[in-house]
Amino acid sequence: MKAITAENIVKSYPAKKTAVYALNNVSFAVDQGEIFGLIGPDGAGKTSLFRILTTLLLADTGKATVDGFDVINDYQNIRNRIGYMPGRFSLYQDLSVQENLEFFATIFNTSIQENYALIKEIYEQIEPFKTRRAGQLSGGMKQKLALCCALIHKPSVLFLDEPTTGVDAVSRKEFWEMLYRLKAQGITIMVATPYMDEAGRCDRVALIQKGKLLSVDTPNGITGAFNKPLWSVSANNMFGLMNDLKKDPAVESCFPFGQVHHVVFKGRENGRAKLDEIVGRGNYNQVTIKAIKPNIEDCFMALMRE
Amino acid sequence: MEKENVIVTNELTKRFGYFTAVDKISFAVQKGEIFGFIGANGAGKTTAMRMLCGLSLPTSGTATVAGFDVYKQNEQIKKNIGYMSQKFSLYEDLTIRENIRFYAGIYGLEDRRIREKTALLLQQLHMEDQQGTLVRALPLGWKQKLAFSIAIVHDPAIVFLDEPTGGVDPITRREFWSLIYEAAARGITIFVTTHYMDEAEYCDRVSIMVDGRIDALDKPASLMQQYNSASMDGVFLQLARKATRTEDLIE
Amino acid sequence: MKQFVIFVKKEWLHIWRDRRTLFILLFMPIIQIVLYGFALTNEVKNSRIAVFDQSRDEATRAITGEIGASRYFNLVKNVYSYQGVEATFRKGEIRLAVVFPRGFRYDLLHGNHAQVQLIADASDPNTANTLTNYASSIINNYQQTLQPAATLPYTIKTQVRMLYNPELKGAYNFVPGVMALVLMLVCAMMTSIAIVKEKEMGTMEVILVSPLKPFRIIIAKTIPYLLVSMVNIASILLLSVYALDVPITGNLGLLIAESIVFTITSLSVGILISNTAKTQQTAMFTSMMSLFLPTLLFSGFMFPIENMPAPLRVISNLVPAKWYFIIVKDVMIKGLGFTAVWRETLILVSMTAVLLGVSIYKFKIRLI
Repeated sequence: MKAITAENIVKSYPAKKTAVYALNNVSFAVDQGEIFGLIGPDGAGKTSLFRILTTLLLADTGKATVDGFDVINDYQNIRNRIGYMPGRFSLYQDLSVQENLEFFATIFNTSIQENYALIKEIYEQIEPFKTRRAGQLSGGMKQKLALCCALIHKPSVLFLDEPTTGVDAVSRKEFWEMLYRLKAQGITIMVATPYMDEAGRCDRVALIQKGKLLSVDTPNGITGAFNKPLWSVSANNMFGLMNDLKKDPAVESCFPFGQVHHVVFKGRENGRAKLDEIVGRGNYNQVTIKAIKPNIEDCFMALMRE
Repeated sequence: MEKENVIVTNELTKRFGYFTAVDKISFAVQKGEIFGFIGANGAGKTTAMRMLCGLSLPTSGTATVAGFDVYKQNEQIKKNIGYMSQKFSLYEDLTIRENIRFYAGIYGLEDRRIREKTALLLQQLHMEDQQGTLVRALPLGWKQKLAFSIAIVHDPAIVFLDEPTGGVDPITRREFWSLIYEAAARGITIFVTTHYMDEAEYCDRVSIMVDGRIDALDKPASLMQQYNSASMDGVFLQLARKATRTEDLIE
Repeated sequence: MKQFVIFVKKEWLHIWRDRRTLFILLFMPIIQIVLYGFALTNEVKNSRIAVFDQSRDEATRAITGEIGASRYFNLVKNVYSYQGVEATFRKGEIRLAVVFPRGFRYDLLHGNHAQVQLIADASDPNTANTLTNYASSIINNYQQTLQPAATLPYTIKTQVRMLYNPELKGAYNFVPGVMALVLMLVCAMMTSIAIVKEKEMGTMEVILVSPLKPFRIIIAKTIPYLLVSMVNIASILLLSVYALDVPITGNLGLLIAESIVFTITSLSVGILISNTAKTQQTAMFTSMMSLFLPTLLFSGFMFPIENMPAPLRVISNLVPAKWYFIIVKDVMIKGLGFTAVWRETLILVSMTAVLLGVSIYKFKIRLI
């Protein structure tokens, strides 16, 4: 049995003249025990999809199941067995760390002791502050507490909507390490993120943009499908180089990536000769040109432009 | 020739009771520079930035921003800087044009100048056709680009950007950075915080704050060499791991 | 059950930790009672009056003396012409003028049709009405003392007795009014805000996804406010008995039971409002507009419903506070038992049943 399935999910919101599609014919399936990433910018439809799967929102059309239960007819069964951490920080700011945890444990018909093993590692990090109000915690700590609260009833499927947004790189890395440990316990995790670099950490990912899934595959599968030569170029004047490359009609796209530009040429052209020509024309110094493998962000942008 | 410095701090410190949020930071930022200000949550970035914007009084140390003293001349500082953050940006229930007019008006631009600026800005952003649209209806990326353009509508000496690209799609994020480059080329100094480490690499120089101190400050390439890492991500992780602060104070 | 208890406990912590709001909740009724009791009272005391006495005889002097001695009036001026009366009114010096025509005593004794003219400042119609009533009543009294044996068959005597409230104290009217107002506001506004707050904070998402039944969420959220309301009722009753000398003549148990029914009515209205409101501000303004004003206008506490045009009288029947107001007046002031108020109670209970039913039915098990 699949942990999550979605078939042709459509969700629209009425707008001024026409309806706005938050989700447009979305279909995918998540296996048991998988970490499944939903990757896309704000407004892509990630939260709508999460709310449909967590039975908080009804889709216009389409069918979805979680743990084998239908999201519309069996919503009560789903609510008994999933953990959900919404995008906004969803704890009671005026309750202490411990009071929050106790509250969520009790309303999910369990106690902190019963599933303590599951949250032990995470909870130990915030335990020194257990009498502090949740509103007084820093971003990283809140996020850990929210995760504890979502886990306390040992859910079979865990939904995390942008758990790492606004969180620094170190805390993000720690957070992902926690997710691996949960995966090892057999929990299926569906996680949304706007950070492309987190895609590589998932077993499989769905890239989403404007309510449509651009691609659903393993991270390697997605980068493997990038079937054009990709060049990394750098020189002394990166701004000038960018303009020169963008101006050339043979260049399909040129995006800055940190210290280098990633360049793709149109059609079937390999582009190496063309690249040398453009760089040569501009009198650049310290030029380095390398053929590189694409990353998820390259693929996402290429898919966005299609 | 040495370029003029627009931000100079010397042992700038901010304490809240026994807690030292910013611990004797000293650095200088040159005119037209893109200066990355990186740090973990709770490292003291926001507090430092608030002092530089004239919103919070330092406990000790000195700092000048655009030539003005942060202790005494914070009104002049406010006139000479622009500010944009992911949270505070624009009035959602005003149109694009109204937002531009409003902010230009706040900074006391003359009517003729506001008209010129509005036309220029709309043209630069290719938003002429949408100028009557409510900001609420714009995609996030557009909002952020518009907010940045508005933050520099009065041609400030420095613009402070607090995580300006959070949640924005990768293409728009890069378009946003081209706007930053253009502004820097016009001589506007950019002071930017971000959680995207590849964006740190777009900066001329990057400072990394750990536990209220600046533990590293250099060109991204030099930092990567120094810490023997292929990306800024690696540099940041090495430095931020040393943090001893239990990040228990909200900024 | 354990889930339910912890939910109530959590809700209570929200209230307890928001000290400022708790303070307002507990002190609002006290402040209202004090305000209505001592400042905004529509009971008239020491109203300034003038007398234009064209007769200046024994009778007019006696009546003027009676009026001046009453605690309702304070004779500040004698005027000697109609122009004088008008001028004094214009300057705002007086609220009522008593005009005796020439030969008043003669007419009174011989013609039996003596007239007194009472001129009141009707820019405040309620007060004007009260003042003329008081003055007429004093004049009638005098007439009786003058002619105790008058048995002329065609003399029409008015005899006014102020039942239940012989001193015409305003407190008898506004204590029930404030009770209705405070319960409506605390229960409906606070519950609607509390529910909407969870929506705004995003915590509602997590709670809805929990196995907790929506019905229980609602009930759990309302219980702490029910308790706060009980405290409010207690403080209002204590204040009214000990500070305003308004005794509870009826059965205290009955009064409290009726108040609990009305509290539940108000809580259901609050839940209903929270269903449609998206932000705490909207919830607050909706409660204000749909509860505060109607309660004030249509409960009969500020403005007598009998004086309203027919359509408004019909509307007033839909306002739960009106029925509660009647019940409290009957039980607390008149000392009547359940047999006297069963009709009103039945109306209130059916309203509550409908409101509670609708609000639970409409409570969304999903977002949007």
